[in-house]
Amino acid sequence: MNINLTLFAQMIAFAVFVGFCMKFIWPPIVTALAERKAKIAEGLAAAERGHQEKALGEQRALVLIKDAKAAAADIVAQAQKRATEIVEEAKADARSESGRVVAAAQAEIDRETNRAREELRERVATLAVAAAEKILHKEIDIKAHKGLVESFAKQL
Amino acid sequence: MAASETLTSQAYIQHHLTNLTLGVHPEHGFGFAHSSAEAAEMGFWAINVDTMFFSILLGYLFIWFFRRVADQMTAGVPSGAQNFVEWIVDFVEENVRGSFTAKNPLVGPLALTIFAWVFLMNLMDLIPVDLIPHLFGQLMSLFGADPHHVFLRVVPTTDPNATFGMALVVFGLVLYYSVKMKGIGGFASELTMQPFGKWGLPANLLLEGISLLSKPLSLALRLFGNMYAGEMIFILIALLYGSSMVLNITGGMLQFVWAVFHILIITLQAFIFMVLTIVYLDMAHQEHH
Repeated sequence: MNINLTLFAQMIAFAVFVGFCMKFIWPPIVTALAERKAKIAEGLAAAERGHQEKALGEQRALVLIKDAKAAAADIVAQAQKRATEIVEEAKADARSESGRVVAAAQAEIDRETNRAREELRERVATLAVAAAEKILHKEIDIKAHKGLVESFAKQL
Repeated sequence: MAASETLTSQAYIQHHLTNLTLGVHPEHGFGFAHSSAEAAEMGFWAINVDTMFFSILLGYLFIWFFRRVADQMTAGVPSGAQNFVEWIVDFVEENVRGSFTAKNPLVGPLALTIFAWVFLMNLMDLIPVDLIPHLFGQLMSLFGADPHHVFLRVVPTTDPNATFGMALVVFGLVLYYSVKMKGIGGFASELTMQPFGKWGLPANLLLEGISLLSKPLSLALRLFGNMYAGEMIFILIALLYGSSMVLNITGGMLQFVWAVFHILIITLQAFIFMVLTIVYLDMAHQEHH
């Protein structure tokens, strides 16, 4: 319990411990703590940035989806319009084609009819002449009465 | 309990309050003191071997452990030991940041060393009061020493040499930084020109001188007083043992309760020493008017 040399020895020991702590212990620990603090701050900032970017991206995606939907609707509408057009065109084509075919058929029929009529007329003329020949027994000259027969046949 | 029938309570307490003192006695020559009176007669040129041994051992323990962790320090995910060390360093650093406004790379390590070292030295108080002295006495008796005259105090902070040693180093730093920051003139005027102006110089010097000197005194005596009183109570409780069963149980309970309470005291005293050191150094760095 006396103050003695221990006092100075303790002062020296204390000074040595403080010196050692100051040189070898305090700096690495404090540096590491500060480093970790910076790291965490950085990480938090990055997370915040990521969050914002995500929100931004979502917004952008929404806009894109809306645009795409509008474009798709547009395309569908156009396609429908075009389809109706094609159908209409086809209908018109078909109609004109059928008219043409009908007209051609009509012409053919007319032609055939005429031809048949001509043939019939000739046959009838010939028949009539032959009949008349038979009836008149050669009294009628075929050449002299040909015109008469033909005009008769034409009236058929 | 080491106190045998031949030992009275007074002698037991006396035994526990005497340091293992090595020095030159005017009559017996160089050697360990065999009584507290002899230790006193050795005068200033003697050394308390137990105080030195335990304080340096504990200081070394602190340095070794913290150095080992600081060596493998990583800014990544910390291990258990690193977590513990970081917690303490962070706590100390926070206190330094809170109380110390100037910039000085010494204050942090100083505060950490004080806190850890004082805490460890105080912690020795929780070891059963007779355990180490008794074992040491038995050990020394193997070398032919009388165990009743082998002294050992395991709590260095109950030795005023240890607390005054630290307080004087802190005081030296306070003086050094006062002069360094304010110049000799500035420091002198701080001591003499306030609070009453230059016509009240003697009164100023008296007041400021007392307030300056009270710093190391209050630091050293507060820690010493608290630890000494705490140890004293442990010794008094220990006196209860051995006489009857009832007293044994009472003593055991008292000792447990006091030890639990003492955990608070030893931490608080280490903390107070650290904070006051920081505050005193902060005052030394600050310019007064």
